[in-house]
Amino acid sequence: MQALYAQLLVGLINGSFYALLSLGLAVIFGMLNIINFAHGALYMMGAFVAYFLLNLGGINYWWALLFAPIIVGIFGMILERTMLQWLTGLDHLYGLLLTFGIALIVQGVFQNYFGSSGLPYAIPDQLKGGMNLGFMFLPIYRGWVVIFSLVVCIATWFLIEKTRLGAYLRAATENPTLVRAFGVNVPRMITLTYGLGVGLAALAGVLSAPINQVRPLMGADLIIVVFAVVVIGGMGSIMGSIITGFALGVIEGLTKYFYPEASNTVVFVLMVLVLLVKPTGLTGRAA
Amino acid sequence: MKTKSIASLLLTTALTFAVTGVASAQDKTVKIGALSDQSGLYADLGGPGSTLAAQMAVEDSGLAAKGWKIDIISGDHQNKPDIGTAIARQWFDVDKVDIIVDVPNSGVALAVNNVIKEKNGVYINSGAATSDLTNAQCSPNTVHWTYDTYMLAHTTGQALVKAGGDSWFFLTADYAFGAALERDTTAVVTANGGKVIGGVKHPLNTPDFSSFLLQAQSSKAKIIGLANAGGDTTNTIKQAAEFGIGKGGQKLAALLLFLTDVKAIGLETAQGLNFTETFYWDMNDKTRAFSKRFAEKMKNNAPPTMVQAGVYAGVRHYLKALDALGGNPHDGVKVVEKMKSMPTEDDLFGKGEIQPNGRTIHNAYLFEVKKPSESKGPWDFYKLVGTVPGDQAFTPLSESKCALLKK
Repeated sequence: MQALYAQLLVGLINGSFYALLSLGLAVIFGMLNIINFAHGALYMMGAFVAYFLLNLGGINYWWALLFAPIIVGIFGMILERTMLQWLTGLDHLYGLLLTFGIALIVQGVFQNYFGSSGLPYAIPDQLKGGMNLGFMFLPIYRGWVVIFSLVVCIATWFLIEKTRLGAYLRAATENPTLVRAFGVNVPRMITLTYGLGVGLAALAGVLSAPINQVRPLMGADLIIVVFAVVVIGGMGSIMGSIITGFALGVIEGLTKYFYPEASNTVVFVLMVLVLLVKPTGLTGRAA
Repeated sequence: MKTKSIASLLLTTALTFAVTGVASAQDKTVKIGALSDQSGLYADLGGPGSTLAAQMAVEDSGLAAKGWKIDIISGDHQNKPDIGTAIARQWFDVDKVDIIVDVPNSGVALAVNNVIKEKNGVYINSGAATSDLTNAQCSPNTVHWTYDTYMLAHTTGQALVKAGGDSWFFLTADYAFGAALERDTTAVVTANGGKVIGGVKHPLNTPDFSSFLLQAQSSKAKIIGLANAGGDTTNTIKQAAEFGIGKGGQKLAALLLFLTDVKAIGLETAQGLNFTETFYWDMNDKTRAFSKRFAEKMKNNAPPTMVQAGVYAGVRHYLKALDALGGNPHDGVKVVEKMKSMPTEDDLFGKGEIQPNGRTIHNAYLFEVKKPSESKGPWDFYKLVGTVPGDQAFTPLSESKCALLKK
């Protein structure tokens, strides 16, 4: 039984990454109608920016949590301005292919310069060590990841669902012409939203840098799972993707305990089941 | 009529002899295929560096001056056996490749082994670990250089059991390599009076090991054996440190660790790990000289890993055999027989031999990862702890199940 508690907690930790990443995807899909396949590459860039800040600029983890999302977010906004904005109104497939291409290019460039086995990034001194919870030894850093990402997820949900800015955003996706008539600069708002989604990916990247290797392919390995999370949660549903992210982390954790061989596939099995029973996802509204 | 036909028969036969005779005297073209994981988790330990190693071997052989024309092509098997065999088939059928080198990932390596045997090519494997390549699945076309699971089990594994690590829990990559390494290590553990109390199989390329590490932790085994490689091993070691596994008295056995893995983990976390390799760039003047030349040509100035060094040494020996044969390099079995008949000697692995089952025998070295304070340069990672002579490190012929030995 003790082992089970531990697995649940570990699942929650992995779930926080799924939640943060799928949240960014859901924001981008909900507001821009773009299936952002570059999300994994941007997550990877977040981790690399943190690495460079530390090793080239001497800027520590805490500042990286702030700067890396901003830097990668600006990169994302440049992408949106120069490429993605031309796809407005076209079939989803175009956005998917374009962002997929961007992801391959970004990953290829990083791989060319940094190889594939990755670079080390140490856990910040304040979060080193761990505590004994009785049923498991919890590294403090992992606990921090869960709490921090929960806060970020809820803040983002609040921003979009409960504030005036969020209301503008949601209105702009429903009917951009009308919102523009009220004097709102819709294209700028869309760009900033993409920047926000990308920033969330970069933030997840910084959070994961001390746990995983900072590797060019770290995002590519994760993105497919995260997409499954978004599909299960319901495309574009903010709360749905947060809850599904955490829940799938836990389910995956339990699979790793009971039948580890299937831990890579369990998420996709669930995705298939959900799509068969409720094609709009667990919390999705019918289109 | 009859005389005419006899005459024509004679003429044809004579012509055939003339043509083949000319061909065998002059055919000095060879094509080498470097098949590896070019972009995945094993790309840094093999990959483009292995292709470079093969190129350097060709340049250093001096065969070009003797009229040989040697080409090298490379391919990416993406760690998938079906892609690996498809590339191998195309190389033999269309591109007329004579020899395939490197091929990390035991699953791919075993699949490609069959294709090369069928096409009568030459196979110098350096990247894969499974000891089956020279054991149950040995082939007259195959030479296995550098290392294998038997060697890893009988060096690192044995040393740990003898030092008191008598209960083991395995974290095993769920494919041919992990299974072979776990099997060979288990044999060593039990033969030395230890026991294996559990294990868990994880999928290849797993980013998060915390679940598995918790299971290992609660097993209370003295040794947690890592039967995985590359990115999987680095993630396990890093995350094991996070979960305080070393502090609880359990010890990690990195059964297979490469230079690039130590770089990725960082000395802070990796220090003190014991493991076995057959090549390290900083062994002596010859290895340093080669590694310097090699690093200058690598994109990130990395010195060679033991896999890349094995590709170099293997190709050098292959080319020596071709030189001795004088030409006509397309009969794989014949070339490999020639290779086996000559003792191996090169700057990187020293003196050795190729056994009848295809296993190359050379020294293996027990290393310990240096403390950060002991490291003097960007790749200064290892301290030499001990040397295991080749005949003690690798499968003795008496234990080998290779069918070639029964003749």
